[in-house]
Amino acid sequence: MPKKRSSLHDQSRPALVLMAPAGLLIFVFIIAPFLLSLGLSFTNQRLVPNPNLPTSFQGFSNYLRLFGNAEFWQSFRNTFTFALLVVPLQSALALGAAMLVNSRLPARNVFRGIFFLPTVLTMVVVVVIWSNLFQINGFFNAVIQAVTFGAHPGFDWLANPALAMPSIVLVSVWQGFGFQMVIYLAGLQGINPELYEAARVDGASRWQEFWAVTMPGLRNTHIFVVVTTTILALKLFAQVDLLTKGGPLGSTQTVVRLIYETGFRKGQVGVAAALSVVFFLVVLAISVGQRVFLKEDREVA
Amino acid sequence: MASLSIESLRKSYGSVEIIKGVDLTITDGEFVVFVGPSGCGKSTLLRMIAGLEEITSGELKIGGTVVNDLAPKERGIAMVFQSYALYPHKTVYDNMAFGLQIAKVDKAEIDAKVRDAARILKMEHLLDRRPNQLSGGQRQRVAIGRAIVRNPQVFLFDEPLSNLDAALRVTMRAELAKLHRDLGATMIYVTHDQVEAMTLADTIVVFEGGVIRQAGSPLELYHQPRNTFVAGFIGSPKMNLLPVTVVAATADSVTVAAPWMTAHLTVPVEPGRLAPGSAATLGIRPEHMAAGSETGLITGQVTLVERLGHQTIVEVAAGEGAGVTALIDGTRMTAVGSTLPLTFSGDDVHLFDADGVAAVRLKVPEIARARRERPAA
Repeated sequence: MPKKRSSLHDQSRPALVLMAPAGLLIFVFIIAPFLLSLGLSFTNQRLVPNPNLPTSFQGFSNYLRLFGNAEFWQSFRNTFTFALLVVPLQSALALGAAMLVNSRLPARNVFRGIFFLPTVLTMVVVVVIWSNLFQINGFFNAVIQAVTFGAHPGFDWLANPALAMPSIVLVSVWQGFGFQMVIYLAGLQGINPELYEAARVDGASRWQEFWAVTMPGLRNTHIFVVVTTTILALKLFAQVDLLTKGGPLGSTQTVVRLIYETGFRKGQVGVAAALSVVFFLVVLAISVGQRVFLKEDREVA
Repeated sequence: MASLSIESLRKSYGSVEIIKGVDLTITDGEFVVFVGPSGCGKSTLLRMIAGLEEITSGELKIGGTVVNDLAPKERGIAMVFQSYALYPHKTVYDNMAFGLQIAKVDKAEIDAKVRDAARILKMEHLLDRRPNQLSGGQRQRVAIGRAIVRNPQVFLFDEPLSNLDAALRVTMRAELAKLHRDLGATMIYVTHDQVEAMTLADTIVVFEGGVIRQAGSPLELYHQPRNTFVAGFIGSPKMNLLPVTVVAATADSVTVAAPWMTAHLTVPVEPGRLAPGSAATLGIRPEHMAAGSETGLITGQVTLVERLGHQTIVEVAAGEGAGVTALIDGTRMTAVGSTLPLTFSGDDVHLFDADGVAAVRLKVPEIARARRERPAA
């Protein structure tokens, strides 16, 4: 069919004008840097230029170097382990907290504030507090000693390769769940209360009510929470850098921290750029995949 | 099916009392409609019957059993909600089957019951759809179907037609009446629409401020309202309630006078507390007034004319500030600003004492005493 539109109804020009400011920002701060790293990833650019080694085109050698590097694979493994632990734990905790503060508890506003508090704190502050809790003679070990009547001395949480990552997961979940809780709370309040009453008349138990009304009613909220939490989890950096510096034995090294280390500590900007490009493509694939598999259903009222 | 009885039922939230002692008996198979203005407690009472609101004090019996402390599913009730409250992610079939699935009823039996309900409501072709693929009327049907499947002793409806458009509301109203005839079930229906109340009910219960103001058949409420509240609430346009003074009272009539009436009016009622000299309220329904030729009991300037075609609603200024609404013949020539005489008969009017309590009318049309005939269950 031929498109016949009078110039009066043609809205593409104003649309473009209105999109321009946002488009410009996205270009300058997201698209251009990405294209720049894409270009750098094929060179041996160094952080501090060496007059004896001018920057030159290196083809795919940076990528080949990465794929043959054990540290690269370990950082990806660690990052995904972290995401796989944090996303379900944090979402479940957020949902539980949201349901708690959404009920008719007498002090629910106080709880709302308390649960949201960690989210307001800077990660650095959170880490300082938790690193004290994780100390050899810190709170957690004191609890273990008290519970076992001194039979168990406790653990060196952050220096134990098996416990370092779970410890970081714990800090992150605690710091982050308040934000998801607020989103879940909004989702819960969007569920028609008559649905719960209908379920009660139908004879549903609390548990059946949860699965028949609450979970399906939060479908779109789940999608949003899972997608955003996943992306945040994959960007893990601050907690690791402050608590373990990627150790012990690389057991908490993450992709973002590896990029940082390669580019700014070792000065290998070309390699770091290649790593960023790979990571960008992986994150993009995951986000697109989640969008496709978890299709939002929007009710047409 | 079952009867239902309510004895001095009360409900308070903290110090605020919402239901202030309600007594009501509903017989097996009766269609009872709760009406009243917003906040009168009609919905709260329905929810107390359903078990969704706790009973503060009093006794609620369904089928002779006290159900005060039973969960909704154990009360033998089914409820149709104002928003329909269909599970959005379940098909129509699963929406109707959910209660039975929870109760772990045999699959073949569930299937038979769901299909039977779908047949009654003529929606067999909708069973695989989801609520968001249905129109308002179809959703309503599913909500009713879900109630039928439970095979309840009492059906509860909470303003079920208020989300439908006017035309569909008329259709669904007729279908509900037919459903009641076919199932012969006890039904309690909350609405603020008096047409629904008048057309559907065996008994209308009028609530105000958490108490029952009157319970009776629709025409009983129309012809023999027990107080000014019910008189003003039932009937449209509203009954005119005007101040009068009693001039004479005999055993079977009371004569009243007022500055806005050109003559004395004798009303055939038991005088009760209406003694000569006491103030009273005269109630005249707009449809019981007619436009006179030259003189009328009321003569005044027309301030409003609304022509409906077959009839015309006029408002006439009678005396100081008091406007009288009348429903007159649609062919009568009137205009705003002209003078119109209105006549009415003492046999058609209502008389209330200073507390708003009606004097017993002695001439009541026979139809006011007739109960709707129901096929034996």
